[in-house]
Amino acid sequence: MKKNSPWASFYLALILVLLYLPVLMVVLFSFNSNPGRTANFQFEGFSLQWYRDLFDPVTGYGTALTTSLVLAGWSVLFSAVIGTLGAIGMVRRPRRRGLIGRAGHAALGAGEQIAVLPIMIPEIILGLALMALFSFIGIPFGMPALVLSHVAFCVPYIFITVKGRLASLDPGLEEAARDLGATPLKVLATVTLPLSFPAILSGCLLAFAMSMDDFVISFFVNGPQTTTLPLKVYSSVKVGVPPHVNALCTVMLGVVFTLVALGQLIQAGNLKRKDRLGYAGRDGLTGGLVP
Amino acid sequence: MAVHHIEGKAKRGREALALPMAVYAALFVGLSLLYIIGLSFLNRGEGFSASPPVTADNYLRIISPLYLRSLLLSLRLAALTALFCLLLGYPFAYFLAKARPKARAWLLMLLIVPFWTNALIRIYGWKILFSASGPVNSALLSLGLIGRPLKLLYTDFAVLVGMIYAMIPFMVLPVYSSVERMDWAMVEASRDLGASPLKAFLTVTVPMTLPGVLAGLVLTFIPSVGLFFLSDLLGGSNTMLWGNMVHNELLKSRDLPFAAALSVVLLTLTGLVILIYRRMGGKAESMVFLGRRFIFETQ
Repeated sequence: MKKNSPWASFYLALILVLLYLPVLMVVLFSFNSNPGRTANFQFEGFSLQWYRDLFDPVTGYGTALTTSLVLAGWSVLFSAVIGTLGAIGMVRRPRRRGLIGRAGHAALGAGEQIAVLPIMIPEIILGLALMALFSFIGIPFGMPALVLSHVAFCVPYIFITVKGRLASLDPGLEEAARDLGATPLKVLATVTLPLSFPAILSGCLLAFAMSMDDFVISFFVNGPQTTTLPLKVYSSVKVGVPPHVNALCTVMLGVVFTLVALGQLIQAGNLKRKDRLGYAGRDGLTGGLVP
Repeated sequence: MAVHHIEGKAKRGREALALPMAVYAALFVGLSLLYIIGLSFLNRGEGFSASPPVTADNYLRIISPLYLRSLLLSLRLAALTALFCLLLGYPFAYFLAKARPKARAWLLMLLIVPFWTNALIRIYGWKILFSASGPVNSALLSLGLIGRPLKLLYTDFAVLVGMIYAMIPFMVLPVYSSVERMDWAMVEASRDLGASPLKAFLTVTVPMTLPGVLAGLVLTFIPSVGLFFLSDLLGGSNTMLWGNMVHNELLKSRDLPFAAALSVVLLTLTGLVILIYRRMGGKAESMVFLGRRFIFETQ
């Protein structure tokens, strides 16, 4: 396999520059002293006033941030339990005999298919469907409805991540524990769960990010008291181009970059430990990716 | 035998652990989708509700120039998005897979980091770039390429750029993964047998990376049909995509059964695309598990 030509490197760089251009604009204009309320974008001078606006108790983003964090926290907690148990139950399922056994087997299989639907279909469909269902059965729009909806689309991320990891584990590890006399519960607690812990953690992180980021589904089921961060950003951006949104975006970018850097470090550590943990084979993109 | 029996029993018990997930999904995903399918065959009721008798009126209403035009516009935009993502993303993925491992890790990270930030924020960046006195217009003006500012914002062009921007990682990552897994010995063999680089690429590399391309096309096409906030923020008032239609019927007209019918059309369309994808040999697994999963895996 030949190495890349200079043209190839140039192309890679060009696309990346285009990807970062809008992001850079946001960061640059967050320090602009020109209010630019009427889409009048001229860079005039350095200022931190928009950052001050973020902390304003009335028009600031504190409440929305708290709402988003609370929502993501509860959603991830519930979906971690549901998704992890689901993955442990669905990985390497044995064939069942008998009418009831086979029916149960098929029902769980169908359940799995339905559980991953939320990340396959356009979000607007699920948003509308949940909104309609909640108003029919009388669940008030607001935090309970938001948590129920977010769990619905967070479960697949955790389920898929954990199931993938479990499938790549050596089944001999669990069998060895069983042969040595551990009860199924003990095998679960001392072998299966510890081995899948990194995957559970990654799945939770992903689900957390998706919950914090979700706009479409929250848009349909939120209540008057539960404006999440993306909903608030949308309502600010929809009416105009308020400069404090730039400051908010820059802060969020900073947080994301820090988290990603931390994630890289953790991942690098995990890779080094992998042999000791007994992973069979390489999994996904990360194999050999991180030096 | 006895040991196997116990073993079987334990495994069966283990399967039951998936019960909460199956029940939750059946209740909140399965039931809610069935509910809107049912709603779409009802009349509009008092306020924000539906009432019998059963009717196909909602679907008949969709077969009108207004809605068909919107459907066509959405499909065209989604197809263009998928196409441009392929044209721009394939070379990126290909060169990425050929880069040195250390550079590759960095490039992947750089590709993915912006997509961990909120979609609205990234679109907001385009709003700045495209505004009348924004950087793009200023640059073109000062270069003397245009006499007066172009109208970039609130056009279909802006929506297309925003869509491509939002979707491109979902093309790059599956393609990258199939290029990375490709057996390069095959390419070398075809070169040794006298194929030109172009011919080797077209007859060996492209077919071998087709699964990734297919997955990428589906992953970029499906979400593009349903997005409504993108055209809300970047598009003009006449850029009414299918997602905007659903959104409007629900919040402006407050016609729940009709909005449900519009979503059922979208749902059917999604199902159709996934069906075609599977017929063409695409594995549901590789598609579902998914643009976003790749995003996590490279972290």
